[in-house]
Amino acid sequence: MEPGAAAAVGTAGAVGAAASAGAPAAAAAAAAGASAAAVSASYCPLPLPLSDGEQQCYSELFARCCCAPATSSSFFSSSSSSSSSSSSSSSSSSSSSSSSSSAGHPQPAAELGRGASLPGPAATAGANQVGDLFRASQLPAETLHQITELCGAKRVGYFGLTQFYVALKLIAAAQSGLPVQVESIKCELPLPQFMALKNDEIRYSNPTELHGMKCQIPYVTMEKNSFKRVDDGEKQQEKMSPIMSPVSSPPSSPSSYQRVPLTYGYGKLRSGMDQMHAAPYETRQHTLQQEGSTSGSHGPKPTRRQTSLIQSLSVEREPQESNSNYPDDPWRITEEQREYYINQFKSLQPDLSSFISGSLAKNFFTKSKLTIPELSYIWELSDVDCDGALTLPEFCAAFHLIVARKNGYPLPESLPQTLQPDYLQTAFLKPKWDCALFDSYSESMPVNQQPRDLNRIEKSSIKEKTDLTAPAQDVNIDDKQALKISSVDEAMPKDLSVDTAAKPGLLPPPPALPPRPLMSQVLHHNTSNDSISQTKLPGQLPGYGDFRLLEQVLLTQIGCVWWNFREQIRKDNDLQTKEQIAEEKDLCQTEQVSEIELHPQLTRTPSQTEESGSPVKKDLPHTQPPSKPIRRKFRPENQVMENQEPSSVSGTSSVPTVPTVKPHASIQKQSSKQKKAIQTAIRKNKEANAVLARLNSELQQQLKEVHQERIALENQLEQLRPVTVL
Amino acid sequence: MAVCIAVIAKENYPLYIRSIPAEQELKFHYTVHTSLDVVDEKVSAMGKALVDQRELYLGLLYPTEDYKVYGYVTNSKVKFVMVVDSSNTALRDNEIRSMFRKLHNSYTDVMCNPFYNPGDRIHSRAFDNMVTSMMVQVC
Repeated sequence: MEPGAAAAVGTAGAVGAAASAGAPAAAAAAAAGASAAAVSASYCPLPLPLSDGEQQCYSELFARCCCAPATSSSFFSSSSSSSSSSSSSSSSSSSSSSSSSSAGHPQPAAELGRGASLPGPAATAGANQVGDLFRASQLPAETLHQITELCGAKRVGYFGLTQFYVALKLIAAAQSGLPVQVESIKCELPLPQFMALKNDEIRYSNPTELHGMKCQIPYVTMEKNSFKRVDDGEKQQEKMSPIMSPVSSPPSSPSSYQRVPLTYGYGKLRSGMDQMHAAPYETRQHTLQQEGSTSGSHGPKPTRRQTSLIQSLSVEREPQESNSNYPDDPWRITEEQREYYINQFKSLQPDLSSFISGSLAKNFFTKSKLTIPELSYIWELSDVDCDGALTLPEFCAAFHLIVARKNGYPLPESLPQTLQPDYLQTAFLKPKWDCALFDSYSESMPVNQQPRDLNRIEKSSIKEKTDLTAPAQDVNIDDKQALKISSVDEAMPKDLSVDTAAKPGLLPPPPALPPRPLMSQVLHHNTSNDSISQTKLPGQLPGYGDFRLLEQVLLTQIGCVWWNFREQIRKDNDLQTKEQIAEEKDLCQTEQVSEIELHPQLTRTPSQTEESGSPVKKDLPHTQPPSKPIRRKFRPENQVMENQEPSSVSGTSSVPTVPTVKPHASIQKQSSKQKKAIQTAIRKNKEANAVLARLNSELQQQLKEVHQERIALENQLEQLRPVTVL
Repeated sequence: MAVCIAVIAKENYPLYIRSIPAEQELKFHYTVHTSLDVVDEKVSAMGKALVDQRELYLGLLYPTEDYKVYGYVTNSKVKFVMVVDSSNTALRDNEIRSMFRKLHNSYTDVMCNPFYNPGDRIHSRAFDNMVTSMMVQVC
C-alpha cells in the first residue's frame, strides 16, 4: 500500500490537473488510464465521445461500483491519502477535490487492476453502489429516474458498462444544466460531480448513510474520515429515517407504500440493513454524537453492526460474501424489507402462519397502482401453490416484486430463487439474533394449537381493553371458548357433567352465555381478590402488565431489534416478580390437593395439556364428594386460582419455575440463556394458562351446579317451612 | 401434438384461442366455432349428471380429412376444444385426456389468480407456456 500511496501521491498532482482540465493525464496515469480506457472503449458500442479524462473517471467509477468492498477498502485508503494530498496541493473546491480524488483512483485501480480487479466489459455495476453514486450527484430524483431510463439500464435490467457510461454522461449533462436527452451527451461535457462518495465503502455496513453529505474537510486518515462521516451521516440518517423507515405508518399505508418504493429506488433494496440498525441505534447515536464521538465510541458501533449484520445473515453464507453479493441482487429481500413486509402482512392477517385470501391481497396490491395485468403476472409468479391465497413467504415475494417493478426493474420470467417460498421460509427461520423468538413462536405453533389460539384471542382482547380486570374477564371467557372449541378434538373423559357441559363443541357460544352472569359474580370476586392480591404484591401489577405486553409484542413484532432491549429489561423485572409470586403461592398452596396436582401437570410437556386437564378433572370428583367443608375450601382456592389465572401468564410460570427460579437468577447474566428461558417460560405459561382456564371453566360449572343445588335445597326448605311455622 | 387449442366460455365466446401454424388460424377458429354445436349436442345428450371426469371429456367431436377435433367441458360449462392433426400417428385417447387434464389444471390456476376476472381473456404466461408445450410437439 505504501508504494502505491507514494506513487499515487506522485501522480496525484498531475492527475488532479488532468481531471480539472480534462486534458490527457501524465504518463503513468495516462498509461494506466489509457489501458483502462482502451479496455472500456473497445467494448463501448455507443458512439459516445469520451475524452481520456472522462474515460478514466468513468472507468474507475464503474470499477468502484463493481468491485467488492474488501478490495475497494484497500484501495480507497490509498486513494484517500492521495486525494488528501491532491486536494491540499491543488487547493481546489470540494467538487474538484472529489473529482480529483475520484480521478486519483485510476492509479491504485491500475496498480491493482493490472491484476484482475478492473472489471471486464461484461461486469455489471452493483445497483446499490450505482444508486449511491447517482444520489451523490445531487440531482433530483426524477432526473435520476429519467437518466436510468435513458441509459437503458431499465431495459436490460442491470447497469452494464455502456449503460453506466451513458448514465454518467447524462448526469454530467444534467449537472451542467442541459436537458436529459440522448442528444445532449454527444457533446463534450465536464465530468460529473459526485459529492463525498468515497469513504462509505470502508465500513460496508454504512454505505448509504453518507449520501447527500457535503464533507469538505480534507481527510487525514481513513479512520477519522469514517468517524466524521458516520456521525454526520447518522445525523442525516436520523432526519431521513423518519422518512425512510418503512416500518412506520400502516394507517397511511397507501402513501407510505408509495414513498417506500420511491426511496427504495436505485438499488437501495439492499441498503435496508444499515437503516435497520440505524433506527435502533438512533438513540445511541444521539448520545454518542453529543459526546463528540471518538474512535472509541465509533469502534464498537460498526463492529457491533457488523456482528449483528453477520448474525442476521444466513448461516450458510459467509458474511463477506453476503455483504458483497447482496447489493447486486435486486431480488433479494433485505432484513428491513422483510420486516416491513411482515408488518404489512400482519396488518392484513394477524396470524403469521395463516394466509391472506385472494380478494384481500388483490385490494391491497391494487393500491400499488400497478396495472392489473402486471399484478396478475406478479401474482402468478408469487403464488407458487396456486391456491388463490398468499402465505407469508409468498406475500413477501409478491410485495418484493411489486416494489421492484415500481422501481423500474422488469419482471422476471420466473420467480427468482431468492424469492421462492421455501427459500424465504428458511430465511425467516434463520437463527437471527432476534429470530429465536420467532423460532419459539413457530415451533410452539404446530405443537400448541391451544396456546396459540389463546394468545391470539388474548392478544386481540388485550388490544381492545387496557385495564387489567377487563382483559381478565375476556381472557377467561375467550379462553373458555377456545378451550371448548378445541376440546372437541380431544377424547376427554366423560365422567363429569362438567365435561359434558364444558364440551359444547356442538354448541358453541350460547352455552357460554348462561354461565356468564355467574362468572361475572365469580369474577367480581376475582377482581376484588385481584385487587387484594395486587395490593399484597405491589410489584406484581407492573410486572403482570408488562409481561402481557411483552408477550404481545413478541408475537407481533418479531423482527424488532429495539424490542430486544426492552425485553431484557422487562425480563429482569419479571424474574423479580416471579420470585415474589412464587413466594406468595407457596404460602397459599400448602394444603390444596388439586393445586398439588396442578404442579406436576404444569411441569408436563406442552402437548399433553389436555391429558393433564383430564387428571385434574379426575381429581375433582375425588375432592368433590368428600364434604362440603372441602368444597368451601374450593372457593378460596378457586379464587386463588383465578387470582393466579389473570396473572397466570406471569404467575404460573413460577410453579414450574420455582425450582428453577434460582437457576434463572444465576444465569441472569447470560443473555441467550435468558432469552431461551423466557421462551420456555412463555410456553409453559401458555400451557399453564390453558390448563388453568379449563380448570376454571370446570369449576365454574361446578359452582353453577352447586348454586342449583342450593336453590333446590332452599326450595325444599321453603316447602318445609310452612309446616314448621305452623 | 395439437395444432389448435381453444378455451371457450360458458356463453360460447373464446377466452383463449391459439393455433399453429399461424396462417391457418382463421380456419381453425371456424372449426372450433362449428365444433361448439357438437359440444352442446353431446352435453345435452348426457343429461344432468356430469360428475366424473369421463363425462367431462367428450371425446372426438368430429373428424375431418385433415384433423380431428376433441372436446372437454368443465363443470362450469367452460369448454376446451383441441384440434389435432390427423397426419400424426393417431394419438391415443389417454394422451388426449391427459392433455385436457393439464389444460384444466392450468385453467384452474388461472382462475385462482384474484386479479383474473372470470370472463376475461386469459393472458397468463404460465398458461401460455403450458399450451406452447403441448403444441410445440407437433412441429
